[in-house]
Amino acid sequence: MNGFLHQVIAGIATGGIYASVALALVMIYQATHHVNFAQGEMATFSTYIALTLVNAGWPFWLAFLATVAISFCLGVMIERVLMRPVANASVLTHVGVFIGLVLVVSNLTGWVFDYTVKPFPTPFHDGPLLGGLISGHELGSTAVTLVVLGLVFLFFRYTRLGLAMRAAAYNPASARLVGVRVGWMLALGWGLAAAIGAIAGIMVAPVVFLEPNMMLGILLYAFAGALLGGIDNPGGAVIGGFAVGVIENLGGTYIVGTELKLTLALVIIIGVLLVRPAGLFGRVVLSRV
Amino acid sequence: MLNRRSLLASGAALLAAPSIVKAQTVVGVTSEEIKIGSIMPYSGPASAYGAIGRLQQAFFKGVNEAGGISGRRINFLSLDDGYQPPKTVEQTRRLVEQDRVAFLFNTLGTPGNTAIQRYVNQRKVPHLFLATGADKWADPQNFPWTIGYQPSYRTEAQIFTKYMLENDRNAKLGILYQNDDFGKDYIAGVRDVLGARFDAVVKTVSYEVTDATIDSQVVQLHGSGVDCLLTAATPKFAAQTIRKVHDIGWRPKMHFLTDVSISVGSVMNPAGPEKGVGILTAAYLKEPTDPTWQADPGMQEWRAWMVKHMPDADQTDGNFVYSYGVSKCLMQVLTQCNGDFSRENVMKQATSLNNVAIPTLINGITVGTSASNFHPIRKMQLAKWDGKTWERFGGLIEGANV
Repeated sequence: MNGFLHQVIAGIATGGIYASVALALVMIYQATHHVNFAQGEMATFSTYIALTLVNAGWPFWLAFLATVAISFCLGVMIERVLMRPVANASVLTHVGVFIGLVLVVSNLTGWVFDYTVKPFPTPFHDGPLLGGLISGHELGSTAVTLVVLGLVFLFFRYTRLGLAMRAAAYNPASARLVGVRVGWMLALGWGLAAAIGAIAGIMVAPVVFLEPNMMLGILLYAFAGALLGGIDNPGGAVIGGFAVGVIENLGGTYIVGTELKLTLALVIIIGVLLVRPAGLFGRVVLSRV
Repeated sequence: MLNRRSLLASGAALLAAPSIVKAQTVVGVTSEEIKIGSIMPYSGPASAYGAIGRLQQAFFKGVNEAGGISGRRINFLSLDDGYQPPKTVEQTRRLVEQDRVAFLFNTLGTPGNTAIQRYVNQRKVPHLFLATGADKWADPQNFPWTIGYQPSYRTEAQIFTKYMLENDRNAKLGILYQNDDFGKDYIAGVRDVLGARFDAVVKTVSYEVTDATIDSQVVQLHGSGVDCLLTAATPKFAAQTIRKVHDIGWRPKMHFLTDVSISVGSVMNPAGPEKGVGILTAAYLKEPTDPTWQADPGMQEWRAWMVKHMPDADQTDGNFVYSYGVSKCLMQVLTQCNGDFSRENVMKQATSLNNVAIPTLINGITVGTSASNFHPIRKMQLAKWDGKTWERFGGLIEGANV
């Protein structure tokens, strides 16, 4: 029983990692209706920027804010420079650009910051809590994820800008007709997604250690979490992220063994999506034709 | 003028050409030089290992300046594969078919060597002293042209298990391993020593390289009641393991750590140096930063060589110690060849090394091979992490005979 409880708590701690990255995926999806495969690599790059600033003697939270701002600008720049020229091309073209972006950003990170594993500082109390099952950092970063979740929710629900962004993603033509600057909405979406990714990277790095491939596996799980909860629902995606963390731990320990735990998590997700294609908390979109 | 007769004649000449080359002399060897090929990750994620190749280039240059070997100079071709197996295959074909090297030496990386092993064995090209710790290079029945160098992961696991049983006959061992060839070598090594008792003594838990953390696995092992731990994980996951084991208050009686992940900079310090105190690993090379080797003649020879041939290189980098040793080992093979550098003889001499002393191996560890023993180095010494450095202790332990 004790072991069961420990697995659940460890699962929630790991799930918090997935949840924070899932939020970035929701952001880019809400804004562009695409899922950016390079989200993880971009977040890793941002995390290295934060580490560089911290090592240069900046206070942690100042480095945090600066990194978020820099990442926002980089995100906007990527949209303006790389995505804009192919804005009207087919989805496959976009996928090609995303994959190219994965390779470029990942190799660039390794080239600039090298491949050795680096520790990353945490702003929270870094001791183990609850007998080491969860650390002060994991609690703190979960809180940060929830704050970001709140902000994303409020942004899309209650601001005109958020509404305009959603409109630009759902129906660019109509949005343009009512005066929304669709191009800039997309750029803004990329910027915000990159900023949220940077926050996720900074929160994840103290737990998993920083190296260029840090997000490789995490993005996969985060994607699964986002789909499980509903990729158009920030709250659902966060719950989905936590759920994937717990499911993989319990499944790995008690049902299929560690070798198949990723498989089990994905099978469950496919099962859910068969019944509810929009995810557990996703909104079913009906469009009149 | 192109007519049928001239076409036939030139065609026949083309067909005959390869056999002329073959009949001419031993492949890769002329009266002036011997061509040796190597493949290193000079670029890409494993480029830190490029140091090994850079030392070898300087090493064979030094050999040539001192008069070469058996009257021939060494033409050392070391190519870059970026640690990508498809690239390794391409570069190997180039070395074997275009440059026509006599043999391959110290090609680096388990995935790359796996990709070329079948090809070089079909071509009967000696594939000597690979720079990887996988155990599968010792398979003379199926791959008689491939031989490793350093103690394999499997040998290391045998040594850990022997030590564990010596100190506690009733120990229960948990193994946390990466679910691939690397991790499974450790399971095989533990099984070699425990035999039928394996299932009763050992609990194994795997992780995938795509896993975000190994927290769940550590919690699972801790809960299963094992009192010793063997961590066969790559650096990032090893650092996570050391921290998690400490944080959940688990104090294994013995915690063995693969020598892949003993880097102070990228494992012990990130995990928190105080969290790993007491962890055990095994070593076979002299560590350049270890003060006890300061006056050691072998290391003095290495330092003097470094100062003369690579004055700008970082002497704290263990890759240079490794590379110097394996290059010396190859020179022993070439000396034993006694002027006959045919592929058959090179392979024969590489597998008849009789307790060759290498200056950079821990004193007492020697290189020994035979037609049936393709494990050149089989002994190691244990070392313990004291919070600052790895401190060697006890005598040399030899791998099990399997």
